[in-house]
Amino acid sequence: MFEQALNSLRGVGQKVVHGIWRLGYGSRFFLITLLRSGTSFRRLSLTIKEIYVAGVLSLIIIVVSGLFVGMVLGLQGYETLQKYGSSEAVGTLVALSLVRELGPVVAALLFASRAGSAMTAEIGLMKATEQISAMEMMAVDPVARVIGPRFWGGIISMPLLAAIFSAVGVFGGYLVAVVLIGVDAGAFWSQMQSAVDFRNDIVNGVIKSVVFGIAVTAIALFEGYDAPPTAEGVSGATTRTVVTSSLAILGLDFVLTAFMFRGV
Amino acid sequence: MENLVEIKDVSFSYGFRPVLKSINMTVPRGKVVSIMGLSGCGKTTLLRLIAGALRPRRGEVRVNGRLVNRMRRRDLYAMRRKMGMLYQFGALFTDMSALENVAFQFREHTDLPEDMVRDLAMMKLNAVGLRGAHDMMPAELSGGMARRVALARAIALDPMLIMYDEPFTGLDPIAMGVIGNLLRRLNDTLGATSIVVTHDVQETLKLVDYVYFMADGAIVAQGTPDEIRKSKAPFVHQFVWGETDGPLPFHMPGAPYAADLGMKAAHV
Repeated sequence: MFEQALNSLRGVGQKVVHGIWRLGYGSRFFLITLLRSGTSFRRLSLTIKEIYVAGVLSLIIIVVSGLFVGMVLGLQGYETLQKYGSSEAVGTLVALSLVRELGPVVAALLFASRAGSAMTAEIGLMKATEQISAMEMMAVDPVARVIGPRFWGGIISMPLLAAIFSAVGVFGGYLVAVVLIGVDAGAFWSQMQSAVDFRNDIVNGVIKSVVFGIAVTAIALFEGYDAPPTAEGVSGATTRTVVTSSLAILGLDFVLTAFMFRGV
Repeated sequence: MENLVEIKDVSFSYGFRPVLKSINMTVPRGKVVSIMGLSGCGKTTLLRLIAGALRPRRGEVRVNGRLVNRMRRRDLYAMRRKMGMLYQFGALFTDMSALENVAFQFREHTDLPEDMVRDLAMMKLNAVGLRGAHDMMPAELSGGMARRVALARAIALDPMLIMYDEPFTGLDPIAMGVIGNLLRRLNDTLGATSIVVTHDVQETLKLVDYVYFMADGAIVAQGTPDEIRKSKAPFVHQFVWGETDGPLPFHMPGAPYAADLGMKAAHV
């Protein structure tokens, strides 16, 4: 009995130590990536290619999801607001929800599962098939050549995707509220314009999406680089990327929101 | 300097597990030297030590007279430009065509104009007989062809030292012969020095100048191919002629057989 309790306690201890160790290793990796980012900017074509892979190829899922989220917001918002006779405010509701929260958060969650998982799998497989060590043997630093461009490509793509998500979402809200239900278009747009503040709402939303972009890309790249070079290792790392980045996005969102929207 | 690679009293361990125990080895310039041994005996680790990817716990690794295990990253990278390595399964970059793979080092390390890079890469591909496959992607190449493209990539910068990590694994006899011939021919025409890590005894003995045998992280025998073929040492004999039983037992040590089957005899 005592032995069993001791063993489970030991197990917990081991997990905690392992977690802290990985956190340290991950932070070091993040720092090294930043320090060796010169190549990503000197050879812009490498970074642009990654913007295409992470950003442009994620466009379809972002646009379709944004449209539907906006349409659902329009429907639900109208349902509730009309009870209080202020159905014209649906434009404000849609825009504020999207720009402040749903745009950055949902776009980041989609980005993590679409682009983040792909990055982890690609780097993990490059490692498993010795491409990373072959590169090192050819005197080319894999952190500068492979990790750096993907890191910056992800960071640049993320806010753009979030902005596109919000814009398409607002259009979806417009489709439902104005075109389908018949809310007055003038009221829809003008209320939105007067309620959405550039500094407090849009800039804060962009800041959020940049932070999420850094978190998701850093986690995805670290998991790939740290993956055991086996099929099982790569699949485990891909799963961890999606789970860890989703939790990181939601946790960071709460912290950022708490700082940004106090008393606004 | 007569020897390109000198390894003196090198020991290495992964964590607490010793992998190499007091290894001494020399690789003379211009020669093809093979390191043979069973899987997991430390051969690949030795290659990684020579390339400076790992650092020994004790001892010295010298390449071209310079101490590799004390080098800083920048010097190490400068040295690696003069080295080529062929990986077990080629390790070609899967998102680049054969030509792009070979051109990789020219693009990374030189400022040559685009058409010259292409010509140089084509010449390297021609040397391995695969100029015709220049626009194929690695996924479209057969195992043997991928290995040849990887060889063209390894010799791109005309290295002084070419290392081969299990170059014959998984190849059909014809492809094996092709890689073997290329290995010898490239070594001699480039004036390079080669180290071949392998366990394909018969194929290797035909083309190398000297052989080191490793077992359990130590060198147990060495000699020219003729000496090795004639060797009476039990381990070498078992390895060269592929015998099931010998100094290396067929059974891995374990609990008594009867005990594993849960029979009473185990308690006697």
